[in-house]
Amino acid sequence: MKKTGLTLVAVGLTGLSLGASAQDEAGFITLASTTSTENSGLFDAIIPLFTDKSGIKVRVVAVGTGQAFEIARRGDADSLLVHDTAGEKHFVQEGYGTERADVMVNDFVLIGPGEDPAGLSEAETVEQAFGRIADAEAPFASRGDDSGTNRAELRLWEAAGVEPGGDWYRELGSGMGPTLNTAAGMDAYVMADRATWVAFDNPQNLELLFEGDDALFNQYGSVLIDPERHPHLKHDLAEQWHEWLLSEEGQQAIADFEVKGQQLFFPNAAE
Amino acid sequence: MPDDANAFQTALALIMGGDPDLLGIVMLSLQVSLTAVLIAALIALPLGAALALWQFPGRGVAIVMLNAMMGLPPVVAGLAVYLLLSRAGPLGEFGLLFTPGAMVIAQVILVLPIIAALTRQQVEELHSEYREQLSSMGVSRSRRIPTLLWDARLGLTTVMLAGFGRASAEVGAVMIVGGNIDGVSRVMTTAIVLETSKGNLPLALGLGIVLLVLVALINAAAHLVGETAQRRLG
Amino acid sequence: MNDLRRLPVTAIPSLALEGVGFAHRGQTLLQPLDLRLTGCQRTLVMGPNGAGKSLLMRLAHGLLVPSRGRVSWEGRPPRQAMVFQRPVLLKRSALANLTYALAINGTPRRRRKLLAREALERFGLAALEKRPARVLSGGEQQRLALARAWLAEPEVLFLDEPTSALDPAAIQAVEDAVLDFHRRGTRILMTTHDLQQARRLADDIVLLYGGRLVEHSPASDFFTTPASAEARAFIRGELVW
Repeated sequence: MKKTGLTLVAVGLTGLSLGASAQDEAGFITLASTTSTENSGLFDAIIPLFTDKSGIKVRVVAVGTGQAFEIARRGDADSLLVHDTAGEKHFVQEGYGTERADVMVNDFVLIGPGEDPAGLSEAETVEQAFGRIADAEAPFASRGDDSGTNRAELRLWEAAGVEPGGDWYRELGSGMGPTLNTAAGMDAYVMADRATWVAFDNPQNLELLFEGDDALFNQYGSVLIDPERHPHLKHDLAEQWHEWLLSEEGQQAIADFEVKGQQLFFPNAAE
Repeated sequence: MPDDANAFQTALALIMGGDPDLLGIVMLSLQVSLTAVLIAALIALPLGAALALWQFPGRGVAIVMLNAMMGLPPVVAGLAVYLLLSRAGPLGEFGLLFTPGAMVIAQVILVLPIIAALTRQQVEELHSEYREQLSSMGVSRSRRIPTLLWDARLGLTTVMLAGFGRASAEVGAVMIVGGNIDGVSRVMTTAIVLETSKGNLPLALGLGIVLLVLVALINAAAHLVGETAQRRLG
Repeated sequence: MNDLRRLPVTAIPSLALEGVGFAHRGQTLLQPLDLRLTGCQRTLVMGPNGAGKSLLMRLAHGLLVPSRGRVSWEGRPPRQAMVFQRPVLLKRSALANLTYALAINGTPRRRRKLLAREALERFGLAALEKRPARVLSGGEQQRLALARAWLAEPEVLFLDEPTSALDPAAIQAVEDAVLDFHRRGTRILMTTHDLQQARRLADDIVLLYGGRLVEHSPASDFFTTPASAEARAFIRGELVW
């Protein structure tokens, strides 16, 4: 009885929610991705090109990398575009994904107060930069949300031989944007992906202080989800999206995307 | 501190500009929250009234639970609905996740306890005044529910507004179950979160002001209706 | 309007209270009493405040369950209505208050407005039908409550101090209404602490004092040759209210 009631309500709501978009119902996929790609405006720039060509709309759910994996694992997204290569490979190994491909890179940059109390601008490597922050015990704002950026940051502390902790190390448990807002508010150092940083409109006293080390390289990958595990998903459409991202046209679209005159993502699909 | 003045200008520009994207977001916000309040009211009004009228073992516990549910964090409601509607969940087959329908369900869960608990309280109060008269007339318990709901309608309008306030203001639940998808499930509150995370604080605050104006307009409309009813029916 | 359509002349079931007493939180508010009411009498229940008059009405009407003894109707329970000291009217128009009462007693929808308007007219409220019941004057509210009771076509009508909060003109209207009910064939059970009102209306008198039934006798006997000391003191106006 209870289940029937719930079902009825659910059916009713399906009608309500699809009212506006019933005509293109078959023509969209849900893409789980990260806030960095969404917030920078990349999707706004490239998705219309894909839609024009294929007739397929892409609905982006932009969340932290950890949550994006979880959404995909539960079968709630047709496709996945994130930046945690190790995690993506693990996802495929676990049998949730069938294929993973490099799509593009951007890089992480170190941001901090203009006065630069830890002297990051004098560092030659990213290990040195992190070491200087720790030595100066200068406030550092960490995402602390197990996102791709957070995981990369923790790997860099390890490489610098620092066990981050103490008063100066502040785990915020927030997305990239909120973390930047907070860092601006407390004059803290912060590691951000370049895309979010360049598009960010509230820097206050923050400046870009360190960039360019190979270790700050940030690889994005597209993952196809296993049709056997989640047969209801729109695998055909998702595959078209995946292929387009890797195609010359998709790669060019990524290269063409600029914010404030600056290219943010560098396509690097194989071939 | 130019941001504050900026926000009002932005808000004004947003309202005057009639930007179709903004209009879509505003309409969806209204549609989702009003639908949620309507569905919640259809269940919660009779439920609250029944709770006021019937004595049964465990009634005290039920009332305490209901009152406690008023404080349910939206994120928790969102998470529960997410797990319910997820493909891997019991209602996954309907494909409601990341649609406005899912947002309505989450908001119903948030709003229902408020309306039911406050309705229970108001109806109980009114019933203590009406009890002898209704008993004398031989009005059955189930017949008293519509009678008392109708006669408590002024107070219940405020109750529904409280419900609407909670629905339109919350962000935690709709973010999780709606996904904040541009043009599909983006509402005022999730748009504000997005703009804040982009560091676009004037736009975020401007959207906040638009939301506030919207909620104020709806409250004013309800107030006006209430006043008129008050004057006409005492 | 003056021709009172009498209710069907079937005998109104007698009301019997046998050893009925009432206690609340260990305090005895009404001592066990026996009372039998028959026919189409107008019974006035008198006594000072706190004597248990309202309690007796509510027990007889069935709004309260006695702590001891039993209240019973011979044969079937009759159609009843009650008018309270402070009328409880719904937050609706005067007319809607009456159509609601008609809906409750099962009158078909299409007849309700007509009957309600007739009742409004009978009680002099025709001009006020659209007014919210709650903003009517005290006297108008009580007349509306009487009109509502009228539509129930009660065989027994209970009235609990229906005039104690009203001005003389309004009191007159209520008393006229009580007489109309009686002429239509309704048994009346009414409380008052107004001696003159009792003289005007009563066929028989029940006197309560301190939660005890002191005397139940025909009105003529009660006022001329009261049986109890309390009744004599009461008539002389010596009982403290």
